[in-house]
Amino acid sequence: MRIVPAIITATVTTALIITLNTQLPVGESKTPRLGYFLSPQKGFWKNAEPTDISFDEDIKLTGLKAAAEVYFDDRLVPHVYAENDYDAYFIQGYLHAKFRLWQMEFETYVAAGRLSEIVGEGRLNTDKYFRRLGMVYAAENSLKAIEANPDTKNTMDAYTAGVNSYINSLNDNDIPLEYKLLDYKPEPWTNMKSALFLKFMSFDLSGQGDADLGMTNTKNFFGWDIYKKLFPTVADSLDPIIPKGTTFEKAGINVSFPKSIDSLYLNKNDNMIAAVPPMIPDKDNGSNNWAVAGSKTKSGKPILCNDPHLGLNLPSIWFEIQITTPSHSAYGASFPGTPTIPIGFNDSCAWGETNAGRDVKDFYEIKFKDSTMQEYWFNNAWVKTQFRKEVIKVKGKEDDTENLAMTVFGPVMYDKKFQSNNKDGKYYAVRWTAHDASNELLTFYRLNRSKNYIDYVDAISTFECPGQNFVFACNNGDIAIRQQGKFPAKWKRQGDFVMPGTDSSYLWQGFIDIKENPQMSNPARGFVSSANQMAVDSTYPYYLGRNGNFPLYRGIAINKRLVAMNNITPADMQALQTDNFNVFAATARPVLLKYIDETKLNANEKKYLDIFKSWNLRADVKEQGSTVFKVLWDSVYAEVYADDYSKAKLPMYLPEPSTLLESLLKDSNYVFADNILTTDKTETMYDVVVKALQKATKTLTDIEKAGKLEWGKFKDTHVSHLLKLPALSRLHLPIGGGENIINATKSDHGPSWRMIVQLTDNIEAYAVYPGGQSGNPGSKYYDTFVDTWAAGKYYPLLFLKKQEARHNNRVKWHITFING
Amino acid sequence: MKFLTAILLTALLSFAFGLFTALPWFSFAFCALLVALGVHQKPGKAFLSGFIALFLLWGIMALIIDFKNEHILATKIAGVLPLGGAAYAVILVTAIVGGLVAGFAALTGSYLRKK
Repeated sequence: MRIVPAIITATVTTALIITLNTQLPVGESKTPRLGYFLSPQKGFWKNAEPTDISFDEDIKLTGLKAAAEVYFDDRLVPHVYAENDYDAYFIQGYLHAKFRLWQMEFETYVAAGRLSEIVGEGRLNTDKYFRRLGMVYAAENSLKAIEANPDTKNTMDAYTAGVNSYINSLNDNDIPLEYKLLDYKPEPWTNMKSALFLKFMSFDLSGQGDADLGMTNTKNFFGWDIYKKLFPTVADSLDPIIPKGTTFEKAGINVSFPKSIDSLYLNKNDNMIAAVPPMIPDKDNGSNNWAVAGSKTKSGKPILCNDPHLGLNLPSIWFEIQITTPSHSAYGASFPGTPTIPIGFNDSCAWGETNAGRDVKDFYEIKFKDSTMQEYWFNNAWVKTQFRKEVIKVKGKEDDTENLAMTVFGPVMYDKKFQSNNKDGKYYAVRWTAHDASNELLTFYRLNRSKNYIDYVDAISTFECPGQNFVFACNNGDIAIRQQGKFPAKWKRQGDFVMPGTDSSYLWQGFIDIKENPQMSNPARGFVSSANQMAVDSTYPYYLGRNGNFPLYRGIAINKRLVAMNNITPADMQALQTDNFNVFAATARPVLLKYIDETKLNANEKKYLDIFKSWNLRADVKEQGSTVFKVLWDSVYAEVYADDYSKAKLPMYLPEPSTLLESLLKDSNYVFADNILTTDKTETMYDVVVKALQKATKTLTDIEKAGKLEWGKFKDTHVSHLLKLPALSRLHLPIGGGENIINATKSDHGPSWRMIVQLTDNIEAYAVYPGGQSGNPGSKYYDTFVDTWAAGKYYPLLFLKKQEARHNNRVKWHITFING
Repeated sequence: MKFLTAILLTALLSFAFGLFTALPWFSFAFCALLVALGVHQKPGKAFLSGFIALFLLWGIMALIIDFKNEHILATKIAGVLPLGGAAYAVILVTAIVGGLVAGFAALTGSYLRKK
């Protein structure tokens, strides 16, 4: 034995193993444990699925009540045939986990404010944000409501059992790739996790509530009179969901302004707010939906269309599935993480949602006795604060404990402990309808089983947050739309800014009776539609929220087209859903051109102007005009407002682009055209637009040099992996569309599921989503649909009866589930 | 002969150990060490047989998996790691990592063994 070399080599070997068994820091992230990760028997290689994989299997599961069959078609869509509802949701849970486990768990980590637990302190601020928003508190309340109803309890219990039965069957070597990358393991699923997922959707879809803080600053900075001009409450060109001229019933609640509204709210300007929300959901988290009556279709039967616009991610937020039991047969897009089918159809009806965008999240400034926050001033007395402990585990560090101060309004989100720049000693509590116990799952459960209009109305009646526009069509010919949610009865401008929280005078004065929610069925015009625009005009007796929450132009474009269309086929609807006409640009172009004196332009400026003038107003992939318009418009917008905000020190908001456009349409002496930084001259829009074109030309020249003048290249749409790893994402997709366009595809956001259902006796349905059924980046089925989606094409959906499934030539695999 | 025996034994044992989920990824290091203790060779040869055993075992396994997967995942991992998006580079790195650990473990075994 050679002792010295033996010790040396043993040390080297051990050191090598330890290094390869450690997550090494690289920049802000960490590598996987490389030895483990590269091991062909343990690591990522285990996730490299053979491309000729067969999903045929006989699976024995304890917990099932009876045997069940699942047929997979060639796109890996499962068609589940169970003998009872419990088994169906058990299997839905099992299949979601089999194909999407990492994603569904990861999203609940985000919602629960637990990301630090798996990725370290880099995400602590986000975690704190969700804890302080009361996400866990909200999910707990919702879960109570869900479990109080026997149907939804049964559904949730079955789903959770199904997910866990998959997790328990999972060999450590076979856990999804991302667990191996980040080095953690799946934990047991719970009903609470599903509730958290639903709350995440509430967060994502209940609008720009946190913008109240920055809006307060904006109002204080400009003063109420100027603010009103910059931020009008209704847009002139609004084409609401419920057409103008509709008479609304007398308000059930007579909302009254607080007495101190002028002094303590609108004209108060000393409450500048230093706190900055670390994230605000995408303003365009919206969607399109419409249903046309048989009177307008070729088949004589209604057609329903829906495309929800969300962040574009891989794995996709949607998982396509058919669920058939003796009680119903439904097909559509499901959320991995929750049971049932939120958007889809059954053998008699189809349903879909768009976001209502109503403001259901408001902030109140709280006066605490001292910095211990033990007591706060409310209705002329000191009230004891309740505290809620939120412990955030941090990978590799000590736990972080948030003591959430709970007031009559809700949790105190912003105080000196959160958002470091907020050391001004002020406290802001949040009141959010998502905190209230509600059972949104029951709506989907009932919609999946609905047979007619009455069932639909009944199904959506329990849906509280996030407010949605539920569109509906039935094979008996009925079509309908209804904006459903638990909406506070607000006075005009209530909750646009932070409100005084020292007494009850600024509290919401009640909730609008759901019978008063905007709705219509079988209208004479033969269609219903929504695209996140304001649901009603200003004759509606309640305030809906800031105008900026409601995109204007998609609604205008859709309605204009639907009015003109007749003899409609599903193919026509596909063309409409993917339409790239830019109605905003069509309105803006003549206005901009009016202000341009071409004699003042050089050759280069003239060149881009000519591209703009000859543009067909479509945001197609190859259109250069679309890029020129975007850059020019942004330049005009900046030229108009940048000077007015140049002295702003705190986060503030700029007006809506639609506000600028509408102001220019009615008033060529727009007051904000003047550059307040130049004291010797009063600029007009003539100066502004020419100067903007000159600046835009510089930008456009650079863009052209980079070869990105074509709209598709300039916009550069991508579908990113949830961990933002480019190698697991689909980048540079050739797809048109964009903001204000029916095909609302922006660079990382857009139609996350496109669905068209014609309610003929044999339902004819088409759909596509930018993803694939498998969440495994090592699977051929990971991004199968992305190119089809980008090309604006659709898949015909197989909606099969059990006896047909066995023999259908598009069915490729079959799993038999046996209880055992 | 000893050289080949050592390579085959190390590879076989390592593969078998790898089948046990509960054992860590580096269980093959013990196999390489054990084989070097049992099949005595000079240190240089012991290192080489350990290295080659795992280089081949991990390399061939990765190669087969990659072939059946039509390079889908290896190409992506080559972008994550980062290895320029080349699937073969990931296979090579996999083989080398396995080989190095096994080689050093075998070398240790060879030195531990009495002359």
